[in-house]
Amino acid sequence: MSETLVEMPLEPVGVPRGRAMVERASWAARSFAQFDIESVRLIAEAAALAGEAHAREFAEQAVAETGFGVAEHKVLKNVACSIGIWNAYESHDYASPTVLEDQKIVEIPRPAGVVLALTPSTNPVATVYFKIMLSLLTRNAIIISPHPYAKDVCSRAAYVMRDAAVAAGAPDGVIQVVEEPSIPLISALMTNERVDVIIATGGTPMVRSAYRSGNPAIGVGPGNVPVFIDKSADLAAAAKRLIDSKSFDNSILCTNESVLIVETGTAGQLLAELRKSGSYILEPAEVGEVRDLLFPGGHFDTAWVGKSAVKIAEAAGVKVAKGTKVLIAPIDLAVPEEPLAHEKLCPVLAMVTVASAERAIEVARAVLRITGRGHSAAIHSQDAAITMRYASSLPVLRVSVNVGNSLGSAGIETALAPTMTIGTGFFGGSSVGENLQPKHLINKTRIAYNLSDSVHMPDFAQLNPWSAPASSIPPYPLASNLEGAPVLVTRSVPADISTRDDLRDEIRRLVIEELQQIIKG
Amino acid sequence: MNSEVSARGPYDYGAFFFSSKAEVLEKAKTYWNPGKTQFWIDSGVPLVIDRREEYFLYDMTGKRLIDTHLNGGTYNLGHRNPEVVQSVTTAMQHFDIGNHHFPALARTALAEAMIASAPEGLSKVIYGSGGGEAVDIAIKTARHATQKRKIVSIVKAYHGHTGLAVSTGDERFSQLFLSDNPEEFPSVPFNNLEAMEDALRGRDVAAVIMETIPATYGFPLPAPGYLLAVKKLCEEYGALYIADEVQTGLMRTGELWAITKEGINPDIMVSGKGISGGLYPIAVVVVAEQAAGWLTEDGFGHISTFGGAELGCIAALKTLEICSRDETRSMVHYLSDFIGEGLRRIQADYPDWFVGIRQNGLVIGLEFNDPQGAKYVMRHLYENGVWAIFSSLDPQVLQFKPGLLLKPEVAEELLDRTSVAIGRARDEVESLRGAR
Repeated sequence: MSETLVEMPLEPVGVPRGRAMVERASWAARSFAQFDIESVRLIAEAAALAGEAHAREFAEQAVAETGFGVAEHKVLKNVACSIGIWNAYESHDYASPTVLEDQKIVEIPRPAGVVLALTPSTNPVATVYFKIMLSLLTRNAIIISPHPYAKDVCSRAAYVMRDAAVAAGAPDGVIQVVEEPSIPLISALMTNERVDVIIATGGTPMVRSAYRSGNPAIGVGPGNVPVFIDKSADLAAAAKRLIDSKSFDNSILCTNESVLIVETGTAGQLLAELRKSGSYILEPAEVGEVRDLLFPGGHFDTAWVGKSAVKIAEAAGVKVAKGTKVLIAPIDLAVPEEPLAHEKLCPVLAMVTVASAERAIEVARAVLRITGRGHSAAIHSQDAAITMRYASSLPVLRVSVNVGNSLGSAGIETALAPTMTIGTGFFGGSSVGENLQPKHLINKTRIAYNLSDSVHMPDFAQLNPWSAPASSIPPYPLASNLEGAPVLVTRSVPADISTRDDLRDEIRRLVIEELQQIIKG
Repeated sequence: MNSEVSARGPYDYGAFFFSSKAEVLEKAKTYWNPGKTQFWIDSGVPLVIDRREEYFLYDMTGKRLIDTHLNGGTYNLGHRNPEVVQSVTTAMQHFDIGNHHFPALARTALAEAMIASAPEGLSKVIYGSGGGEAVDIAIKTARHATQKRKIVSIVKAYHGHTGLAVSTGDERFSQLFLSDNPEEFPSVPFNNLEAMEDALRGRDVAAVIMETIPATYGFPLPAPGYLLAVKKLCEEYGALYIADEVQTGLMRTGELWAITKEGINPDIMVSGKGISGGLYPIAVVVVAEQAAGWLTEDGFGHISTFGGAELGCIAALKTLEICSRDETRSMVHYLSDFIGEGLRRIQADYPDWFVGIRQNGLVIGLEFNDPQGAKYVMRHLYENGVWAIFSSLDPQVLQFKPGLLLKPEVAEELLDRTSVAIGRARDEVESLRGAR
């Protein structure tokens, strides 16, 4: 009987295996760091194509496994995060050295090494694809730790890209995924000294524990997006864009709009357009019912994440037309004690009516005081001066204009870097203040020559320290007396000098009760 | 354990204490083995192991060594591997050695796991407490199955020091104790198929026993196809093939059992050393059904109080699981490539001295251009913080066995230190030759 075995307080299940994964990744990273740009491009393209080929299959599986979202919209995200990322960066080079003649400097890109990527349940496959693509473009090895709600589809998605990448020449171990994530395993991975950077996309507690882990970390902050439609806006276009954005994947992108701010002069006409675009404006009593449903006891009930407007209306006892995409809840003030002014990862949009653009900016600031600093805001306007005042007054790092914020701030319908990870910068306590992109996963070694004219910098143009891998990495260990076994080396091979930090003096303790919320996040 | 606060001095280990390393060496000579003790002092490797962790050994003086000997693979997973320690310590809450007569929980679990992981065709597991005993069991099993006595082995083979095993191995260890018995234990040169066939021709051979890569002889590599040809000869002449995987098993060559890399399904396979996890002695013999007769006819035929001790089985289960992981296999492949490349670069620096590298995965022998070459290298390695042993049956060759889980930066450091040691050994030998 196993119950007679006394449990000693030693390592929890899965933790040693997690350590083994990090070790394997560190070998892969060492090899990958030597690859040249041509080899990298072959690998990245192969992975992108493989991801795209499975975009629909995984979109449907994600909805089935998590129980929320809209498959059609997830297909779009999956394609954007596979072939879309490849297209965006195929002409970029995060590997080859660059010579800056005038400064007498040579810059050599160096990958971070082992990337630990925590991925959410909201954009499960899209984030997995996205982070893998970024890692492959920058010669990093990645370990995916998926949200438990989406672990099966995320594992499958990661393996599809892995197999394509390795077939195209990537080193073994370049992509791994934790098939059975658990809190002890995730914390052990985060604090593992051999992890070079953590990218944490998920709820605040998870992001905070990543920052406290002692390893470099890039985290996201939550959004609480104010969207201002001013009187100069093309109201019909604005309404359609807003409703489409808010209902995109049932509002589970963190860039989805949270509080609509309208001016009294154009409110009536705008509401008509909003109705035409598929929204239902809640009556005062109905607002209360929806508020109670979504925020029992004042906290958002995560059971409603990504659920459709129709389902929410039904549960709240509100009659709406069958094709209703968004419920609009008029509120008086954007204050912390009004739950509907908080982030809602579902197609319910709060609405505040104001007398002027200046008041609108104040309300937007109020919305961001509740949460969402550093994240994003949206405006629909033809007035550049108002747009400038809006953007420079708000503590956010991206303001989308005349476009749905869901995809706009994520760089899918604007020229912002396409991303699934929104860096919220100093405003939001994040180490990155822009959309996560490949450059965030590399550093550069800079060779700097004496500027004095008496020192001449020779020609570095033809000097490339990287090369294409000779064979599959690692090669199969053949006995040295067999044909095909490696032979005596006469050329000198550059050694990869990786320095490790000194052992940290103490292990940071994780706040376990905050981690419990990972499941909710 | 080494508490400066202890009244009994800095070398207080709780159960016992010593006042100095010199005292340990003196008493080792008085009470234990004067020959061995003095040999190591004379060889420049006066090692008394104190702390041990990962792949590091610490001499009593505090000197750190990268362990590249690993006791023949006993420490494949490192010293006091935390997972194995946890397994065995937890098991001690419930298990002890067990009663060897009875079917047992841990023995059955390990037997099932061994058969699942073993080469095809093997179906039963027999337990010993050490490699020598396991070889004896293998020989006895083969003799019973074939009703023949002769056991053919390789010249300079090494299969352990118990009764039958020591007779099988090289005469260096058998003659001393009047255990040599060339009538029943003929040996043939390695890589020589004619001699092997001659030895089998009389159809009076119970088994050929073969280390997949002879270890104590310095890891000479089997010629391509040699082992498979031996297996075919065995089949032709009615002998069994015993694969001694004590050193080559458990993923050391990049597959769980090196014999499978040769395309061979042996009749009997022996595993020891590493399968203990470095913590609890255990050895196993895995046999094919056609050789396993005595287990049914006379189950008490071989008895071993400590063989298959339940605590040992638990250490072995964890060891087998770790060695079988995808991650481990991947790392062994990476490390084999990295170490091989690094050694070849060193060889390019000293081509007249460092004349050969014999490598199959992480089974590596380094050949030096002097009959005692490896002893010089061993001493300089020790001075430079690496512990590696010369091959007793061919002192030209140094055994070089990095751990399976060795981290890349330690591997890099190992190569740096090895390069320096090889260079210094070369200089020393050259100056000695010049002085003659």
